[in-house]
Amino acid sequence: MSDHDHDHDHPPIADGDEPPAAARVRALEALLVEKGVISHEDVREGIDWLVSRTPADGARVVARAWVDPDYRERLLADGREAARELGVDPGPAPVLVAVENTERVHHMVVCTLCSCYPRGLLGPPPDWYKSLPYRSRAVSDPRGVLAEFGTTLDDDVELRVLDSTADIRYLVIPRRPEGTQDLTEDELAALVTRDAMIGVVAPAAPAAVGA
Amino acid sequence: MSYRPGQRVRVEAREHQGHHRTPAYLKGKTGTVERVHAAFRNPETRAYGSDGLPEQPLYLVAFAQRDVWPDYGGHADDRLFVDVFEHWLQEAQ
Repeated sequence: MSDHDHDHDHPPIADGDEPPAAARVRALEALLVEKGVISHEDVREGIDWLVSRTPADGARVVARAWVDPDYRERLLADGREAARELGVDPGPAPVLVAVENTERVHHMVVCTLCSCYPRGLLGPPPDWYKSLPYRSRAVSDPRGVLAEFGTTLDDDVELRVLDSTADIRYLVIPRRPEGTQDLTEDELAALVTRDAMIGVVAPAAPAAVGA
Repeated sequence: MSYRPGQRVRVEAREHQGHHRTPAYLKGKTGTVERVHAAFRNPETRAYGSDGLPEQPLYLVAFAQRDVWPDYGGHADDRLFVDVFEHWLQEAQ
């Protein structure tokens, strides 16, 4: 039993007993620092940047696209520039492509090779996104995966799965929910969840927020 | 950029040792160029300390799910979009 406060049991983790991957990363970092390629400060800053990002940044971008047709056009044309316009740092990947869900087309995103993900807009990816079952089944049985997230598409909807294998990051612009015409941009942003921007669920219904 | 949107392309079926960004499930499959992204340094050589030059054009290629998975259980219109570097593509009829 661990002596810290969380909801699963594991043997105590003692110094010198770290997981193999952690030991490997520690050794790599030590070597890279010794050779002057990076500094410990660079690593710390990188971690700070990553954990400072949250899906709220992506949600602001989506909400703006919902209320401002000109912004939506700019977002579809150049995701990085559109994110920066709202003060959102899109991160190091050179291209951010926003894809839009409509009545007829639904997009969902996966990285079958590793865990490519628009971290600048969504923060660190959830564990399931990096798991082998999601990465393999999202391309071969995407409607089955969506059903497990509680998402059923209408029969006339084309499902497009994006496998981000290289330098491009993909952000899904979900469909704006019905009955939201009177909401403010901030209220709309509160409906836009991380999973909706990965494309595995629809945005929250307006009544569900703050309930 | 050798290929343009709308053009049919086939992913080469050859094997590759080492770091790789072309998923195995696409080898030998034919799709349609959806978008020409840009040219990027080649991750297959960059992974081993090279500068990754010359840059390789990167394409978003669309595949019919039923062409990739013969027993695909979803809809006939469902498609899979994957980023593939030019040196893994060849012209298809």
